[in-house]
Amino acid sequence: MATMGHGLNLKETELCLGLPGGGGGGGGGGSEVETPRASGKRGFSETVDLKLNLQTKEDLNEKSASKEKTLLKDPAKPPAKAQVVGWPPVRSYRKNMMAQKVNNTEDTEKTTSNTTAAAFVKVSMDGAPYLRKVDLTMYKTYKDLSDALAKMFSSFTTGNYGAQGMIDFMNESKLMDLLNSSEYVPTYEDKDGDWMLVGDVPWEMFVGSCKRLRIMKGSEAIGLAPRAMEKCKNRS
Amino acid sequence: MQQQQKVAALSYSFPEEVLEHVFSFIDSTKDRGSISLVCKSWYEIERWCRRRVFVGNCYAITPAMVIKRFPKVRSITLKGKPHFADFNLVPEGWGGYVCPWIKAMAVAFPCLEEIKLKRMVISDDCLDLIAKSFKNFKVLVLISCEGFTTDGLASIAANCRNLRELDLRESEVEDICGHWLSHFPDSYTSLVSLNISCLANEVNFPALERLVSRCPNMHTLRLNRAAPLDKLANLLRGAPQLVELGTGAYTSEMRPEVFTNLAAAFSGCKQMKGLSGFWDVLPSYLPAVYPVCSRLTSLNLSYATIQSPDLIKLVGQCQSLQRLWVLDYIEDAGLDMLAASCKDLRELRVFPSDPFGLEANVALTEQGLVSVSEGCPKLHSVLYFCRQMTNAALNTIARNRPNMTRFRLCIIEPRTPDYLTLQSLDSGFGAIVEHCKDLQRLSLSGLLTDRVFEHIGTYAKKLEMLSVAFAGDSDLGLHHVLSGCDNLRKLEIRDCPFGDKALLANAAKLETMRSLWMSSCSVSYGACKLLGQKLPRLNVEVIDERGPPNLRPDSNPVEKLYIYRTISGPRLDMPGYVWTMEDDSAYLE
Repeated sequence: MATMGHGLNLKETELCLGLPGGGGGGGGGGSEVETPRASGKRGFSETVDLKLNLQTKEDLNEKSASKEKTLLKDPAKPPAKAQVVGWPPVRSYRKNMMAQKVNNTEDTEKTTSNTTAAAFVKVSMDGAPYLRKVDLTMYKTYKDLSDALAKMFSSFTTGNYGAQGMIDFMNESKLMDLLNSSEYVPTYEDKDGDWMLVGDVPWEMFVGSCKRLRIMKGSEAIGLAPRAMEKCKNRS
Repeated sequence: MQQQQKVAALSYSFPEEVLEHVFSFIDSTKDRGSISLVCKSWYEIERWCRRRVFVGNCYAITPAMVIKRFPKVRSITLKGKPHFADFNLVPEGWGGYVCPWIKAMAVAFPCLEEIKLKRMVISDDCLDLIAKSFKNFKVLVLISCEGFTTDGLASIAANCRNLRELDLRESEVEDICGHWLSHFPDSYTSLVSLNISCLANEVNFPALERLVSRCPNMHTLRLNRAAPLDKLANLLRGAPQLVELGTGAYTSEMRPEVFTNLAAAFSGCKQMKGLSGFWDVLPSYLPAVYPVCSRLTSLNLSYATIQSPDLIKLVGQCQSLQRLWVLDYIEDAGLDMLAASCKDLRELRVFPSDPFGLEANVALTEQGLVSVSEGCPKLHSVLYFCRQMTNAALNTIARNRPNMTRFRLCIIEPRTPDYLTLQSLDSGFGAIVEHCKDLQRLSLSGLLTDRVFEHIGTYAKKLEMLSVAFAGDSDLGLHHVLSGCDNLRKLEIRDCPFGDKALLANAAKLETMRSLWMSSCSVSYGACKLLGQKLPRLNVEVIDERGPPNLRPDSNPVEKLYIYRTISGPRLDMPGYVWTMEDDSAYLE
């Protein structure tokens, strides 16, 4: 079964507030601020631990007992509202429609900033007989998402899911090892239609650009890594 | 004596054709059902002339059974997934596949004219089969459906020479190519109603314009968001007879000629009664619709993110309004105006603009609903999202509107009490069911104890559908509903402390209902098994994404439970996370 972290620079890859360069989300106010960078972009080394660890039966029972998702607690930030699945009862169709905002010069700030966009994306896993759908706005971090994905697809994996540990994008040889293995890695199709490895960009940027998710064998994802790094370089 | 004999002779020799003719005036499924129960010969005559079939749950009966009983069907309506699928509570791949139905009907009903589906999965192949199997196909309505692409639509367009209606309301369509519309041949002129509002991408607009202008009976046209506003005027000029119009995005660069064109085009639409669409509204363009406002009976502004003053200006012109769907931007002030101006209002739906925000972003409270209930004597159908409520307000609404038939209140934060008294809202909802004797549909919210269910069981005798969330204290609550609501057909419950006792005590009731949904409650696997065993005419389906329920103790609560009556036995198309409780004890462990 998967273990929790290998102690490999976990702190640096942890998603805390006060992201280096003040990227995305709550802006200042974090208790931990990493080395600020002029570009404001995060390199791969700051990405979150992307372990897709299978949970034990006890974990699953506990999680399913409390239906409300808990978010990262941070003293500096007021607790965000825990989102309950399907509540309030607004149709997915309506949520998606309200989420798509067309740029409108006369649109007031008030209307656009208040609406929380729902982002339903299809999730497929190679070898699994059916698709799932997730609302990315239900999660606040990559870890939340990966926990949820692991739970969703746990009946199909044989323990190879995430046993490897986190994806360290900076360490090319480790990355190549993972991608050469039969481990599952999560990938996503972004707005441009490119398939990328999950975890390469700050969470909020990911939510905004992810159109669909696909969990595939590392060996199949191997083609993505160089492209992903290329794209990141181009972004900054 | 002779007179009596004569009458008896007449009734025995009453020609079938005459009876059939009489029956042809009776359309309602319920009445048709009653007719068929009178006697054997009426059953036979009725079944041969039944033209419309309504199947509320596609798994309650098999296609073969329908075909066998009603060999001459022209119109079929099928519903698939449970209602809570709309809120993402039903995982993907649950079911609701229409394919077996289409395949069977393609052979059995060559004269089929109408197919209406809700919450079902339909593939392009299926659409193709429809397009090629039914020569006189007229109506295709797909509400909240999925599984198909614009390629399937192209096949319908190309092959259905007599198509009147194509309605894709709120369906999920993979939009491959906007040119599907061009597949309607130039000779095709019979389109009456087209709803493509759910399509993501722009359709081929010139093709659409040509289509609309060559179909003289066009009555309803609902465009999608991508349809540009500056082309709307031209479209309207080609179809001034339109009665229902759904605009695309109601915004454009502010150009005076676009506005004047649009206003002139609307002026030409003398029959227009209903408007919808209005995504991304630029308020300065709203006055273009003023020419039609006084005749409007239906107005859907539920995607229009405009503020209260603009909404008031618009709605204030629509004195004939019977139905209004709007966002909570309308605020109490707007609802006061509605109550004062729209005396013919029958249906009001107020949707939340910011359902996940922590605090209220608009000045909409219980007061707005109270005003409308006071000012609009015909109001009978309400859907209202808000953040606060009082028992007093509910009481007032109940007394004002005893004619209420549909009342769905959603107080956004679960378990919110009466904000003045901090008590539960039991008595408020109690007043609703007590005074509104014809209430058919009710959705509850706020802080509620078992008491509210006692009221419901006592008074809500005509209630057919009840939706419950985060309410109640114990099994007694569920017991009140199951034992008291004589006409209950659909019950859906989430996150309530209801367990085995009430269900098992009222097991027989479940066979009188269409379906029961329970999720995040406390019904044990053992109880599900028992229900499945004891009631062969129910399908008891356990939905559990944690894996096979028999790997956990019997006392373990199931995640989700869907029970429905059926005469076709357990279904065979379930995904891996759904288990049907078999009706004999020898199922596989």
